[in-house]
Amino acid sequence: MRYLSRRLLFYLVALWASITLNFAIPRLMPGNPAEVFLASHYQQFQGDPNALRTVEAILGVSNDPLPLQYWHYLVDLAHGDLGISTSFYPARVSTVIAQSLPWTIFLVGLASIIAFISGTGLGIVTAWRRRGLLDTVLPPLTLLASSFPYFFLALLMLYFLGFTLNWFPTSHAYTIGSVPSFTADFIGDVLYHAILPAATIVIVAIGGWLLGMRNTMVNTLAEDYINMAQARGLTERRVMLAYAARNAILPQITAFAMALGFLVGGQVLVEYVFSYPGLGYTLANAVGNEDYPLVQALLLIITVAVLAANLVADLVYARLDPRVRSA
Amino acid sequence: MLSDHVSDDDAEVTAPAGAAPITMRPALPFGWPRWLRSLLMDRKAAIGLAILAFLIVVGIVGPLIWTGDPMASDYSAPPQQPPSAAHWFGTDQQNHDIFLQMVCGTRSSLALGFSIGALATLLSILIGMSAGYFGGWVDEILSLLTNIVLVIPSLPLIIVLASWVQVKSDVPIVAIIGLTSWAWGARVLRSQTLTMRRKDFVLASQVSGESGWRIVLREILPNMTSLVVSGFIGTTVYAIGAAAGLYFLGFGNLAEVNWFSILYWAQNSSALQTGAWWTFVIPGGAIALVGTALSLINFGIDEISNPRLRVEKVKPAARAAMRPAPVAAEKAGAR
Repeated sequence: MRYLSRRLLFYLVALWASITLNFAIPRLMPGNPAEVFLASHYQQFQGDPNALRTVEAILGVSNDPLPLQYWHYLVDLAHGDLGISTSFYPARVSTVIAQSLPWTIFLVGLASIIAFISGTGLGIVTAWRRRGLLDTVLPPLTLLASSFPYFFLALLMLYFLGFTLNWFPTSHAYTIGSVPSFTADFIGDVLYHAILPAATIVIVAIGGWLLGMRNTMVNTLAEDYINMAQARGLTERRVMLAYAARNAILPQITAFAMALGFLVGGQVLVEYVFSYPGLGYTLANAVGNEDYPLVQALLLIITVAVLAANLVADLVYARLDPRVRSA
Repeated sequence: MLSDHVSDDDAEVTAPAGAAPITMRPALPFGWPRWLRSLLMDRKAAIGLAILAFLIVVGIVGPLIWTGDPMASDYSAPPQQPPSAAHWFGTDQQNHDIFLQMVCGTRSSLALGFSIGALATLLSILIGMSAGYFGGWVDEILSLLTNIVLVIPSLPLIIVLASWVQVKSDVPIVAIIGLTSWAWGARVLRSQTLTMRRKDFVLASQVSGESGWRIVLREILPNMTSLVVSGFIGTTVYAIGAAAGLYFLGFGNLAEVNWFSILYWAQNSSALQTGAWWTFVIPGGAIALVGTALSLINFGIDEISNPRLRVEKVKPAARAAMRPAPVAAEKAGAR
């Protein structure tokens, strides 16, 4: 329990730090965001003497002392008020985010689970049969695949499989014009559109899991209890899974938690290339449109999601490894 | 350390009695530094180093050989020409020769990646080793900072920061990416420093009155060289990917010509829809090539430091001789 309460405390501190960082970034940057917004949307506000005050009110720029601004910010956050989006005006930021969040969770969840399970499984088998065919072919191949920047592989797959061969749809999460519903047709359409983006993420991510698991397994296989288990006459499969893999998988779970942040980052680019309407695509467009309230809120939501996933990974780790519970 | 595992001066290792000796490949020429010889003996690292050396040579010597202006436009043909004899890598939307752009951009692309890696590694040494060596409050605070920076997703943060700052040179990019990617290395170095702190030679230095930082830099750091180098290489691979992502979304230093900016212009001129695959496959391929080369080198360093990962190459005759004699013959001999 001590381990879990320590981790929970850490995540609360990290949450506070990211909220404060989110508050601080726009206020540290030189210039007034309202003025920048006005300068780029000059035609719409021409001649309006109240323009600056209006934009400041929309963007939440105020001249109150900082601690007071911080307090207002926290109160608004507690009420779920993230502001009003300027590029989707007059939609609220929380509405925009609520529409993109499920797509990101679907894509990143699907892709990372597939990559983790297949990478770890292949890593176990590769390490078990050293010098076999798998061990000579897979590590260099997946090493090559994982050195590709996410978006480059996305571009390649989009171009060759999407535009040139026309095997897969080239953008969006479902065919434009179809009505979202829980019918088999729509779900099939969604899955069809998700294949390319998910495949991109899986191909790039799988290498890390495979190599990591293989290396950890190799170290674990040198331990005495493996020899003991084999000498006792247990089947190969049981020793491989219940003894070696069970111990080797623990660092993988820690690595998975840490890789989530990186995965989310790569996701931004993949979504941008495929125009997949998730948080990443919305972030890239919002930044391009200088929609500051939306950008800040997206950063906060993405950070909170990664923190939550890390917390879950820590809980799973504590469940699997009895040693930390008694520490 | 590194030199313990690979004895490149011994050409033979004796096998069990009666077997043919197992010979390792002949040692490399004298005068080459020892770590280079060890690294080149591993095949993966040798390939990686060769690719990297080739790219560095292209970066330095290339612009001297091919002296054209990368920003010159060749209006004799429509834009976006496929590779041909006149333009080896084709042209882009502004009629620029992509081959020239690639060659002239090699130096700044590599320099960008390596300087970000250097900044991040420097920070990770500073923060990680302080936390590991000094312990106590310093450790608590620095570890908390490291964990927080580690857990916050870096690419969205980088994108937001880059959009706020007006990017007119490479310095903001190096600063933004470098200041957000040191955390992983700091964690690794901290745990290694914790182990080293209890060793005898550190205690001896403390007793003889050396100050804290002198011990850290002159006693502990030299023993962690392989860790620091492999961290530097890993961070550089990440940095190149992050810089590519930043440029791709349009937040890079577009006044300069490098591989990342070629990718941006390709995306900007809808290369996918017009079928101009050479405008993004070639620069993207180069970026992937650098990443692969660096990862191979890292793989090689891993294999050298952890002998269990190595797969020994034993000649078939020697391997047959190493197999234990059949059980029946043993029993007959023992009786």
